[in-house]
Amino acid sequence: MTVAVLVEGLTVEFGRFRALNDLSLAIDYGEVRGVVGPNGAGKTTLLDVISGVSRAKAGRVLFDETMELTRASEAEIARSGVRRKFQKPSVFEALTVRDNVAIGLGAKPGADGPEKVARMLETVGLTSEADRLAGELAHGQKQWLEIAMVVVAEPKVLMLDEPVAGLTDEETERTAALVKALRSPGRAIIVVEHDMDFVERISDRVTVLHEGRTLFEGSMARARADAAVVDVYLGR
Amino acid sequence: MIALKRSLLARAADDRMVVAVALALAATAAVVVVGGLSGYRVNTIGQLACFALLALALDLIWGYAGILSLGHGLFFAIGGYVVGMHLLERSVAETGITPDIVQFMGWKALPGWWGPLESFPVALVAAMGVSFAVAFVFGWASFRSRVSGVYFAIITQALVYVAMLLMFRNDTGFGGNNGMTGFQVAFGVPIQDPAVTKGLALASVLVLLAALVGCRLLMIGRFGRLLVATRDDEVRLRSLGYETLRLKLKVWCLSAVLAALAGLLYVPQVGIINPRVLSPELSIEIAVWCAIGGRGRLAGAIIGAVLVNAVKFALSASLPELWPFVLAALVIVVALIFPNGLLDLGKWKPTLLSRARALEPRDATP
Repeated sequence: MTVAVLVEGLTVEFGRFRALNDLSLAIDYGEVRGVVGPNGAGKTTLLDVISGVSRAKAGRVLFDETMELTRASEAEIARSGVRRKFQKPSVFEALTVRDNVAIGLGAKPGADGPEKVARMLETVGLTSEADRLAGELAHGQKQWLEIAMVVVAEPKVLMLDEPVAGLTDEETERTAALVKALRSPGRAIIVVEHDMDFVERISDRVTVLHEGRTLFEGSMARARADAAVVDVYLGR
Repeated sequence: MIALKRSLLARAADDRMVVAVALALAATAAVVVVGGLSGYRVNTIGQLACFALLALALDLIWGYAGILSLGHGLFFAIGGYVVGMHLLERSVAETGITPDIVQFMGWKALPGWWGPLESFPVALVAAMGVSFAVAFVFGWASFRSRVSGVYFAIITQALVYVAMLLMFRNDTGFGGNNGMTGFQVAFGVPIQDPAVTKGLALASVLVLLAALVGCRLLMIGRFGRLLVATRDDEVRLRSLGYETLRLKLKVWCLSAVLAALAGLLYVPQVGIINPRVLSPELSIEIAVWCAIGGRGRLAGAIIGAVLVNAVKFALSASLPELWPFVLAALVIVVALIFPNGLLDLGKWKPTLLSRARALEPRDATP
């Protein structure tokens, strides 16, 4: 099995603050990886570096074992098949739901573009809202819309930053089902989330970050039992 | 279903406004052709059309792409100076009268390199080419460094100010403080001839009409949607695989060229170009026209520019010292009552009041 994302010796600094400190990890195709940890542990920074939003001070990130992401632009990274949903729902509010998803398809949508968009809208349950402006959607719907925007292009690496933040239990349930449905042998999914039950339900393995380093890697059940993890993050 | 109707309603309303303004422009063009208006009126219509074109150019980048330029007078001036040089060359060629600029600049004749501008097509291409080149270099440098929002606005303001200081100097070679004036002929006809006034006004209105229709088609298409996406969330768009630098650069250059065309049409109608069009005040005023009419809807920019300038023309004849106060009051009233511009007047019915709020495009504040 090939490694989808290989992070090696990654260090990111903001001024004198080290957000990531010599971090290394590997995420395989076919897996759903939960990335958890206390605030400031570097979870979002990790996604920022992989998606090209932030620059690394040292280290490298290899996608598909060939493409070095720390030197590529955000657009190049996205076009190569690495997509990301942001923490704050980021949709184009003045455009319709359908247009948002169509834009997610990329610059060359192809002849079956509209069909793909329609199917995607169906998947996330937004078909009836297709002609509304994205700005009019409820919070949960915006979360799904953004997921639809990044998923419609069939990414090889899908990063979800807090996909269930602010969602109701029922919406969280549906999002979990959606993420499970997106799991495929040719795709790696990275989920950053604070909702531990959600993470446990969807991920194969979790990585616990603390102060920019890996504190633990393994199953959620073992993470819950790990003394260090309990100490810095889960609490008693 | 109600929600669906809302967004369609908003777009239909915008379409109706564009069609209404387009029809009004066509009617204006017809009135100019048929005649019956005094030369002064025709000339006023022509000037207003130029200002409206300038506002339209700004609305493309500010209203749609969320890039506020407070230096669009620069591109207007490029068009103005190039056509000024063209008119001087034609005047000398056809009448032999030495223009004032030659005397006060201490020249023997117009500079040799102005020669090719005697041809109007060359002047037209030069105006569009120079404004495009300046916009491209400045835009590329700014957008590549990800300068945006107020910072970009301030730099554009500085740019137009620098240009003004430069053009005020005689040794820059474009007439300094006095600029260029004393044009004798336009298109082979004495410039005072009513036919010239009429022709220029008609050309201005028609160019404006074409620009409105063309830009509207462009903006409701994919390019326009991507611009709105850039405005709403540029990082999001980039991380969906789009090079927003290219998108912004394209619309920025298009806007600059339209502004240059406005300047090119304007100068023959007022008979003078000098560095005062480069004053920061004019460039800020363009943004005021757009804001008053309503940003991001094209029709709003035209309505705003025509309205504000019509009042300005009326007042500067009678009470020039009152103008700044009137303008300031207009800005405050619009900001307080119609934050999205006077176009909202049409939606200001009790039954639509609550809806109108919900369907406003998100503010394009930089």
